[in-house]
Amino acid sequence: MPEDPILTVEHLGKTYGSGPARLTVLEDIGFELSPGQSCAIIGPSGSGKTTLLGLCAGLDQPTTGSVRLAGTSLSGLSEDALARLRGVEVGFVFQSFRLIPTLTALENVMVPLELAGRADARVAAGELLERVGLEPRASHYPTQLSGGEQQRVALARAFVNRPRILFADEPTGNLDDRTSEIVVDLLFELNADRGTTLVLVTHDDAIAARADRILPLKGGRLVSPTTAPDPHAPATLTT
Amino acid sequence: MDRVGHEPARGAAPRPGWGWAWRMAWRDSRRSRKRLALYVSSMTLGVAALVAIGSFRENMRTAVATQARSLIGADLRVSSRERFSEQAEALFTETFGAELGAERSRLISFSSMARFPGGAHTPAEQRDAVRLVRVRALEGEYPYYGTLQTEPAAAAHTFREGAAALVDAAVMLQFDARVGDEIVVGRRSYSIAGTLLSVPGESAASAMFGPRVYLPLPELDPELLVRGSRAEYQALFRFPPGTDVDSLRDEHRPFFRENRMRANTAASTEEGWAEGLDNLYGFLSLVGFVALLLGGLGVGSSMHVYVRSKLDTVAVLRCLGTSSWRALSVYLIQATLIGGLGALAGAALGVAVQQVLPRILADLLPMDVAVSIQPAALGRGIAIGWAAAVLFALAPLLTVRRVPPLRALRSTHEPRRDPLRWPLFALIALSVAGFAYWETGELLVGLGFAGGVGVAFGLLALVARLVSWVVQHAAPRRGPYTWRQGLANLHRPHNQTVLLMVSLGLGTFLILTLHLVQYTLVEQLALSGGGNAPNVVLFDIQSDQRDDVVRLVEDQGLDVRQVVPIVTMRLSSVKGRPVTELRNDESRETPNWVLRREYRSTYRAGLVDTERLLEGRLVAEPWVADGPAPVSIEQDIAEDLGVGLGDALVFDVQGIPVETVIGSIREVDWRRVQPNFFVVFPPGVLDAAPQFHVLVTRADGPGAMAGLQRAIVSAFPNVSLIDITLILEVADNILGHVSFVIRFMALFSILAGTFVLMSSVVVSRSQRTEESVLLRTLGATRAQVTRIMNVEYLLLGLLATLTGMLLALSAGWALSNLVFEQPFTPSWRALAVTPVVVCGLTWIVGRLHSRGVHQRPPLAVLRGES
Repeated sequence: MPEDPILTVEHLGKTYGSGPARLTVLEDIGFELSPGQSCAIIGPSGSGKTTLLGLCAGLDQPTTGSVRLAGTSLSGLSEDALARLRGVEVGFVFQSFRLIPTLTALENVMVPLELAGRADARVAAGELLERVGLEPRASHYPTQLSGGEQQRVALARAFVNRPRILFADEPTGNLDDRTSEIVVDLLFELNADRGTTLVLVTHDDAIAARADRILPLKGGRLVSPTTAPDPHAPATLTT
Repeated sequence: MDRVGHEPARGAAPRPGWGWAWRMAWRDSRRSRKRLALYVSSMTLGVAALVAIGSFRENMRTAVATQARSLIGADLRVSSRERFSEQAEALFTETFGAELGAERSRLISFSSMARFPGGAHTPAEQRDAVRLVRVRALEGEYPYYGTLQTEPAAAAHTFREGAAALVDAAVMLQFDARVGDEIVVGRRSYSIAGTLLSVPGESAASAMFGPRVYLPLPELDPELLVRGSRAEYQALFRFPPGTDVDSLRDEHRPFFRENRMRANTAASTEEGWAEGLDNLYGFLSLVGFVALLLGGLGVGSSMHVYVRSKLDTVAVLRCLGTSSWRALSVYLIQATLIGGLGALAGAALGVAVQQVLPRILADLLPMDVAVSIQPAALGRGIAIGWAAAVLFALAPLLTVRRVPPLRALRSTHEPRRDPLRWPLFALIALSVAGFAYWETGELLVGLGFAGGVGVAFGLLALVARLVSWVVQHAAPRRGPYTWRQGLANLHRPHNQTVLLMVSLGLGTFLILTLHLVQYTLVEQLALSGGGNAPNVVLFDIQSDQRDDVVRLVEDQGLDVRQVVPIVTMRLSSVKGRPVTELRNDESRETPNWVLRREYRSTYRAGLVDTERLLEGRLVAEPWVADGPAPVSIEQDIAEDLGVGLGDALVFDVQGIPVETVIGSIREVDWRRVQPNFFVVFPPGVLDAAPQFHVLVTRADGPGAMAGLQRAIVSAFPNVSLIDITLILEVADNILGHVSFVIRFMALFSILAGTFVLMSSVVVSRSQRTEESVLLRTLGATRAQVTRIMNVEYLLLGLLATLTGMLLALSAGWALSNLVFEQPFTPSWRALAVTPVVVCGLTWIVGRLHSRGVHQRPPLAVLRGES
């Protein structure tokens, strides 16, 4: 018996504005992801990749369709209910790292644990920081770290509360090739280690190729539905 | 498997406690504490002002309470404009003296000319100097409480023993007089026993109205107190301990009232002072509060910039599962803590300012004020400052609640406006009104103050916007690049132009308005004594002296402009209702003073050039008919009395009732230096009444003036002379003293404005640094970048000054024309100096706090390490 999908997206659409200024960014998107799978959303600039990621993570409300995340339907949830769901189930990695500039590396990693009210936040965060190889830089502030180091801290922060699903928006977009490789290796390793579902937006075909599934977007629609709809497939296109 | 961490309870929503918010607030503030401290610094001055004024009031209250008896110098003081009647003398001697065992002193005070013959040490040109003084003829041991401070100290008592005098220090200095010299008052000469330094219950400023000369009453020239002279008679009592003086006064109050005598005890004097103090306090604390509000605006705008720099952090926190209120609480904790620190710093500064206040107010206070720290005032100032900091910070902080988590993905997502800001603004308005109500105890004042502040801030903001709109749209499209860039910086996104213009503009506005109004008043007085206008008034001329005085003035080669008879009288009934009844009528609208005052009226057949007939007509011939005489009344007092043409008035002319009817109503230009009258009788009615005359003339130059003074004093010692130029000096001096106090308070607003400027410059420093780096990368030299900044700050200062000056000119015009009824005469010098000072200040502060903008290497900035 396959496990229940961790993410179900049905007929998802996003439109900005109204009347003649109406701009449809996403249209009729549907797919499912099973726990532990990794999936890459690819496509040219402006194809709606980041918008799709934001909708899946409950950062924005869709115009049409629905998202079901970790067994909870996102439609109708308040901003704060969404935040609580994210706090428990979701991890994030951003293109521009988005570390909190006023906190040290260690404290940045501690934030999700502290939000969850965990007493062992410092120990647990320290262990994960060690796992990404940055234990010696625990007390440094983000501005004192290189881009690659900052992204590794961000990875530690994303994984520290053991989220069931992790969203990564162009995690290597601001890094050089060599650093990218280290970060991507870490991302996939942690993903595998912890059985986390990974949703990744990327421009980079090489990185996309490492995912179990690829969702290509073009003009706001999913393209090349090469596989027939199959509920048992790791990732299913329903368009 | 590499397991780290522990499994959180799936599905259970994480609910971080307050502990997390505190920890986060603490950690997040580590790198911005200096910045935060600067943000609240703009309100420390407001708190300082409130604490200083509040503590000072407590000190004053204590001083008044402990020194109440020496404020009046006796247990009971009875005073009258007339000689005490036999009945009154009987009450004083028999009831107060014989029955109750009171000691009594008598004091008669009046204005008179005094001559200083001078001694061997006096330079020739200073000999025989003459000036108008306030004579106090004293008999008895008064003051019973407190002392007359004299140099030498013993003189306070010895002068009573013979023909000796105490003379105010200012006059001693003016005429280079010394102890042992002579002073001539009336036809008697006295030896100066000592210099008068201070009198209990009188401030140093009160001496400016008329320098005081104390003489022993038995040695007074009786000629000086002829009928019609304006003197005040006082009886001063000390009762044996245990006497309930207040009940005694209440018991005899009807008698005092009936005989137009005033009775004061230490307690009633203290009450009067406490009331006056409360008014002064209310006024000063509102001025201080304006500084606090300005500071509040500064805090609000700095927090706005601070919050903008935190939007990304908030978005990430929201992504990580923080609720909107929890995110807000992090920054609210920071604002609250730093606001508390700011309030504490302000309170400390306030205690320092409090030490200075008694010195600033010294000349206006009739007592010594001991400075001590007042915990209640301290607590109050801290609480108000703290509350203001949090309220004003809350408005921009509400934005935190509305930061979309999507911003973490795309920084173009801006927070929406929080509808909670409306109730918050209402709360702020309510707090302002509540504060004013609390401070002044009057609801109308509270609402008026809140409304006034709203209008002033609104107008300033409006004018500021208008001026910057004009600058933006009328900006030259050509011209040096540095100028255009500096100008453009004023309307860059998230600029602080309007805020700075409001805060600097408000300070400029307050101080300049005060100055302009003072200048107008003094200038008006100067004008009225200048040109060919009369500048000398001789008064207290008796009927039998009239012709001789006129001749004497003409003999001096001066031109007699006017000789006017004056008859003193009081109202005894209005439209058939006795004044005594009217005064007890609670429902009347007529002010008390109109009913009580002594009317000094004249009689003549026509109008003079300061008058204009509004209604009715003046009687041209002497009035010999029976029945009430038709009088002419001034329009304002007619309005106060509620009377019109044909209404009956009965005057008590020194014991004789005179019936009149209103025959005409006049408008009077009171500004001119010449005798003007509320009531003018037709000739024929008062001719035989006891009267004195006033003569108006003009003496050009100090020589003519001194000659006239000497001639008058030696021939007519009872006649007094007023030199208008002297009055002018006094008025200038008194206005100067009062406005100095107000300016001192307004200074807080200017300083608060400077602090707002400092924090806003620091706030925008990172933006400026980036700009500077970008410009330098594009090839701008340091000199060019500096020039752009100079242009920006100078323009900012100029626009703020313009805004403040525009409003000050309007307010000055309105105050002059509507309140003081004087043509507005702006001081061009002040108008020229103001922009230089404000621009200079803005430029200096701006440049000082922009240091370091050039020093950062471009690379560091481009890497985001600014």
